[in-house]
Amino acid sequence: MDAFRAILGKDLRVELRTLESVPAMLLFAVATFVLFRYGLDRTSLAGGLAAGVLLATILFAAVLGIGRLFVAERDDGGFDAIRLAPVDPTALWAAKAAALVIYLAVLEALALPLFAIFFLDGAAALPPLAGVLLLADAGLAATGATVSAMAARSRARDLLVPLVLLPLLVPVMIAAAGAAEPLLAAGGPSYSGVGKWLAVLGLYDLTFIAVGWAVFDFLVED
Amino acid sequence: MRVLSLKALSAATVATLAAGFALVFFYAPNDADQGFIQKIFYLHVPLAICALAGFVVAAVHAIRHLRSHDPVHDLRAYVSIHVSIIFGVAVLLTGSIWARASWGKWWVWDEPTLVSFLIVFLLYCTYYPLRYSIEDRDRQARYASVFAITAGAFVPLNFLAVRLSQSLVHPRVFATADGGMPPKMWLAFCVCLAGIALLWVTLVRFEIAAKTASARLARLRRALAAGSAPPAPSRVAPSVPTGARSS
Repeated sequence: MDAFRAILGKDLRVELRTLESVPAMLLFAVATFVLFRYGLDRTSLAGGLAAGVLLATILFAAVLGIGRLFVAERDDGGFDAIRLAPVDPTALWAAKAAALVIYLAVLEALALPLFAIFFLDGAAALPPLAGVLLLADAGLAATGATVSAMAARSRARDLLVPLVLLPLLVPVMIAAAGAAEPLLAAGGPSYSGVGKWLAVLGLYDLTFIAVGWAVFDFLVED
Repeated sequence: MRVLSLKALSAATVATLAAGFALVFFYAPNDADQGFIQKIFYLHVPLAICALAGFVVAAVHAIRHLRSHDPVHDLRAYVSIHVSIIFGVAVLLTGSIWARASWGKWWVWDEPTLVSFLIVFLLYCTYYPLRYSIEDRDRQARYASVFAITAGAFVPLNFLAVRLSQSLVHPRVFATADGGMPPKMWLAFCVCLAGIALLWVTLVRFEIAAKTASARLARLRRALAAGSAPPAPSRVAPSVPTGARSS
């Protein structure tokens, strides 16, 4: 637990000082919103289309952050350090996943109001939407941290993260978009069918947290 | 594992497949609704079942590899995924032909089984770029096993999510009481499934035998060329244990 807190604190401090990931993700998200505005040629979105635009944007922004997650560890010997230290290496994975959840939460806290201003008629859908996104973030972070650790030590790092990650995230995309669709419905949020999708998201989160927890040791040992 | 020699296994595969196709064409009745084209079902569905089962087998081998660090399990996981991906191409092709014949379109997005299979197939296709972009042999094998386990956990979740998101239009031939297959079709289907499963096992065994043989050959060649210098393993293929038998 101490190791987890130390690594997470280190990552957040580095991010605060260098501002490497979150601002880039936010800029990317805003640029993507603008692209969708002209690509779809609509000033207002609702229902499934709105959910798709929002989720696709957040997913691709997350891929940016996930690609950078283990760069410092690889370049500055963090992988060796965690092997030498008398702590469970899984703390590294848990800290990275937690850092990613925090990055994504910050990103969404800023991008969601912008999304509402750009495309929505009101802000009534935002609070329940934030809950859906938080559940999606946990799944994104669990899978993302595992894949990022794998890709960090390969030659084709920048290529591998999106390549392996996107198919793995299809269930998250389906479930989060399914839950967001009624929330973003044209006549104001409705809650029919949201529970089913939240259950799928929860199941995905639990599965990939368990998988990441179980396999991460093997990504570190050499 | 080595209950049958490769020759006997191949003969059993050919015999079972021949018997299966004979049953399909001369014994099983034509489908009342779809007619002759429904026969592709006896090829398409067993291929899909065997491909998915092969991915699960790969995950089991991967777990055993991570536990034992024995490269033979990594080789088996690799070959299982390899053959299952080839089966996957066949599944997508036969599925498209069937869809074209019975629904009029080559691809249908509101068909959950098709879409989930495509996603699983795409995920497993990334196994090769992942594996071959890691240079260190041990790490390559370990990371490939981690991928095989992660992807193995992904398969059922993906089917659940895709199925929930779409209308249920795929025929539930096994589950429903009244819509089930007549016994003649069942028999043909079971023989075909056994044949395709045997084909999968045969191909896996052949591939393992070929990899083992070529690794030994390369080792001998290098030993000949360099006197008694220790052999360097090949970089891309999974490493083959020195003592493994070829069949």
